[in-house]
Amino acid sequence: MTADANGSLSGRAIVEAIKAAGVEYVISVPDIVTSDGLLWPISRDSDLAHIRVCKEDEGVSICAALGYCGKRALLLIQNTGFFDSINAIRAIAVEYGNPVCMMVGLQGKEPDVLPVRSNKVSVRIVEPMLDVMGIARHFLRTTADADAIAPTIGAAYRDDRPVCFVLGRSPAG
Amino acid sequence: MKRMKRDAALEIIAEHAGDSLVVAAYQAAFEWIVIRPSDLNLVATGAMGQASSHGLGLAIGRPDRKVLVLDGDGSLLMNLGSLVTIAEAAPENLFHFVCNNGVYEANGSHPTPGSGTVDFPGLARAAGYRSAAAIDDLADLESRIGDVLGGRGPVFVDLRVEQGEAYPQDYAYMHGAGHRAAFKAALRAS
Repeated sequence: MTADANGSLSGRAIVEAIKAAGVEYVISVPDIVTSDGLLWPISRDSDLAHIRVCKEDEGVSICAALGYCGKRALLLIQNTGFFDSINAIRAIAVEYGNPVCMMVGLQGKEPDVLPVRSNKVSVRIVEPMLDVMGIARHFLRTTADADAIAPTIGAAYRDDRPVCFVLGRSPAG
Repeated sequence: MKRMKRDAALEIIAEHAGDSLVVAAYQAAFEWIVIRPSDLNLVATGAMGQASSHGLGLAIGRPDRKVLVLDGDGSLLMNLGSLVTIAEAAPENLFHFVCNNGVYEANGSHPTPGSGTVDFPGLARAAGYRSAAAIDDLADLESRIGDVLGGRGPVFVDLRVEQGEAYPQDYAYMHGAGHRAAFKAALRAS
């Protein structure tokens, strides 16, 4: 199996899956992988409230706080922002058991190379870092993978635990 | 710099807080949970300045409730960008207090960068808060707190404080699962 498999990755399908999961808020710092296919459409989507944050760890807290209120949110960020937020993710998502749902673009991932086999440290270590923190992860390669988004987010909120979706290529609009 | 006793300042805020949701960080948190014990307090904000961002999330998620953030100067310095994020979101129900003692009290009382010179209300005003003020006198706080909490947010108040009485540093409560569960239940029941 290659990293990206055959077939396209539809941004529209991802957005619809996010909505189907009951997500009302998307908190973001722009990510070049998901900018055109997800973030711009989300920013124009009246069904989703878009909250721009200055730094990704703010978003971890906002997602957790919205969760206390019974509101579902998604944190849409880049791998670089994920690294910058590790302490917040560790404390607020993992140790406190908050359903912080993240979608992380792997900026710099080579086509048809699995993330763990990437030559770039910033790509290669994302999934192992999620694993060592015990955060469930899902690699979104094709549109079919979007089917897992709604049930996975539902489970995160049901079980009070974080989850992370990882994208290695830009979704089409 | 003139300073108030922190616990005395918090007692004044508590008298006017009603059933507000209150997010508190570190030393202010340890004192607040004694001064106003309530399941509507959230003191589990991780670390590194995340109280203000929790406050924003609560303010957005519960626009029907007032949300008070009792931040620290060291904490806010670790999350200064949250001032801009909060200002852009502009929640009218968010009231952001900073207990500014000029030191990292939880970590050995070393001075915070810019201690005594940084203009927190100026930063908040420049970020876009609706109003911002500094208060260093208990009588002044007493006279202004009603207007502060009766106004529209986001509001920022720099409380110039020093340590008052010693309070237990109840980290087990702060980071315990029971506290978060109680907060969630109280929030959803109210």
